[in-house]
Amino acid sequence: MSAVTAEHGHDDHAHGPEKGWLRWIITTNHKDIGTLYLLFALAMFFVGGSMAMIIRAELFEPGMQFVDPKFFNSMTTMHALVMVFGAVMPAFVGLANWMIPMMIGAPDMALPRMNNMSFWMLVAGILLIASTLFMEGGAPAGGWTLYPPLVLQTGKALPFAIFAVHLLGVSSIMGAINIVATILNMRAPAMTLMKMPLFVWTWLITGFLLIAIMPVFAGSVTMLLTDKFFHTSFFDAAGGGDPVLYQHIFWFFGHPEVYVMILPTFGVASTIIPVFARKPLFGYSSMVYATASIAFLSFIVWAHHMFTVGLPISGELYFMYATMLIAIPTGVKVFNWTATMWKGAMTFETPMLFSISFVVLFTLGGFTGLMMSVAPVDFQYHDTYFIVAHFHYTLVPASVFILMAAGYYWMPKWTGHMYNEKIGQLHFWLSAISVNVLFFPQHFLGLAGMPRRIPDYAIQFADWNMVSSIGGFIFGASQLLFLWIVIDTIKGGTGEKVSDEVWEDAHKHGLEWTLPSPVPYHTFTTPPSVIPCDHG
Amino acid sequence: MNDEVSVKNKKLGRKLAIFAIAMFGFGYALVPLYDVLCEWKWIERDRPDAIKAIPETAYAIDVNRNINVEFITSLNENTPMVFSSQVPQLLVHPGEYHTVNFYAENKTNKTMVARAIPSFSPALTSTYFEKVECFCFSEQTFAPHEKKIMPMRFVVNPALSADYKTITLSYTFFDNTETAVKNN
Repeated sequence: MSAVTAEHGHDDHAHGPEKGWLRWIITTNHKDIGTLYLLFALAMFFVGGSMAMIIRAELFEPGMQFVDPKFFNSMTTMHALVMVFGAVMPAFVGLANWMIPMMIGAPDMALPRMNNMSFWMLVAGILLIASTLFMEGGAPAGGWTLYPPLVLQTGKALPFAIFAVHLLGVSSIMGAINIVATILNMRAPAMTLMKMPLFVWTWLITGFLLIAIMPVFAGSVTMLLTDKFFHTSFFDAAGGGDPVLYQHIFWFFGHPEVYVMILPTFGVASTIIPVFARKPLFGYSSMVYATASIAFLSFIVWAHHMFTVGLPISGELYFMYATMLIAIPTGVKVFNWTATMWKGAMTFETPMLFSISFVVLFTLGGFTGLMMSVAPVDFQYHDTYFIVAHFHYTLVPASVFILMAAGYYWMPKWTGHMYNEKIGQLHFWLSAISVNVLFFPQHFLGLAGMPRRIPDYAIQFADWNMVSSIGGFIFGASQLLFLWIVIDTIKGGTGEKVSDEVWEDAHKHGLEWTLPSPVPYHTFTTPPSVIPCDHG
Repeated sequence: MNDEVSVKNKKLGRKLAIFAIAMFGFGYALVPLYDVLCEWKWIERDRPDAIKAIPETAYAIDVNRNINVEFITSLNENTPMVFSSQVPQLLVHPGEYHTVNFYAENKTNKTMVARAIPSFSPALTSTYFEKVECFCFSEQTFAPHEKKIMPMRFVVNPALSADYKTITLSYTFFDNTETAVKNN
């Protein structure tokens, strides 16, 4: 098959990467694009993180210290948009680009040119949304959910923010189409669906989620746009519209969207834990079915974000029970990870440490989610710091920790250099402790009634806010260690020669470990005939 | 990548793109779907456009029950008006008719067209809150600096479940002058 490739026109860079900086603009190589996505996501992680530092600095003490309330609200809104659409999602797309072809024995992604385009549209979208910070009336400040009528009071920035959402949406749809097409069409003949690593499975499902929901989000913001500028009345009560309709459409997108960020997280965790437990993943097929059930359920639970808008009692009950149901497939996963580690010959390198803390802290975030699924109880928690604590537990020590784990786990394969294990462990312990100091007190604040998205607060919330802010500053500063490690590893790391399988017996767990380290620019131009993955 | 796979990829890519476009349409289809679900009472919603005058019928007054009706008045964004209710709240028996006066004033030098949109909390009570007369039934035209006393006559249908002891009725005035000019 490699001979065939050489003869056919479009693979014109078969001799290695383009020379010079232009390589990074025009590349269609999945590894280059994966690197671009990952580095961009890392940069956005620091941009969004700086915004979080501004938020925590302002909340360090009651009263107004550093920023005006409007800017504070812009910060909460932009922090969320940048972290969701600029950091977490692109980071997983980057991992998908790098790893999926190598995991399924494909030479590249299915649609390489579209792959390049989707990355640059992401950059354009993020630049566009960042530009709103400098506009008259400031950046959007109505929360990342962009609820009308509040968001319609945004100044000049509104249409720019909406077009940015369109660009980001198109970019992720294209990325998702590419990933789905790669997984369905490009697998090595021996790689049957039920032999695929779980990271590939979770991305296949996530890809379908993205294709289904991003257009709905694009539609809802388009309705905002026409309401504001073209006198439609989708959400305008004066013209017979209803702002609550926006919330329904938004959360029809929004709930699956949060699973877009967590399903690939599950995939990476299911990939890393067996390697360091030196056992096959426990319950492989149940993991696949659990992922699919979670994805299905995500479409029919959206109104649990809106228990307080005035749903009929039957609606409250339905969405309450349906939401509780999600705990079952999620529980299957947590127990499977635990069972994988059970009696395993575990070692605790940095990727494993991050993965274990993911299992523990994600479960904690899941439990607070279960608490809030109880409709009558949610009336107390709604829009307080309790929900802030909940979703940060499912995003930071879950998605972000697993992205860190993935970085440590695959960096030696990508670069051919070993990262500094001592600094890695230091990064882990500082992060794992400070993330709890940062977010755990927010549960108390929420239960005591502190509302979210406020720049100032009543005096009784002062102590825990200060603790939370201190945790936040330590967490933020510790991430600079990760930046140092990434740069250091690219430059040569410890200088230790890494083997092809990097981690002991890793070749049993995935095709990527059968390739040389660092990975050559082109891999699997001939599909591998032996699939080494043994999952139970 | 050989040609056969490349063709297959493009085909699948196209199919998925069509799926994405269809989902964009689905987002818009949620709008009429929402109306239907509201009609079927799967979703509770105040229907400002569906609120119509109901002829005054005599109900048996249930003197054993008291319902506290609260009135909230507000102005949308930049509506240049003064708007208030002359009583903040009223204790009523189900089946008993009451008239409440609202005060509104145009603060500009121009003729203004405005519409008051009601909203009930809890939303379910809106079906049982019957209005015989209301300034919210149609758009109100205000001459420059005109001051108006606007009555609203209502009854709480005794069929309302005894669980409800407080009804909050909120009116928001929207400045529709611009739209009214466009439509004429």
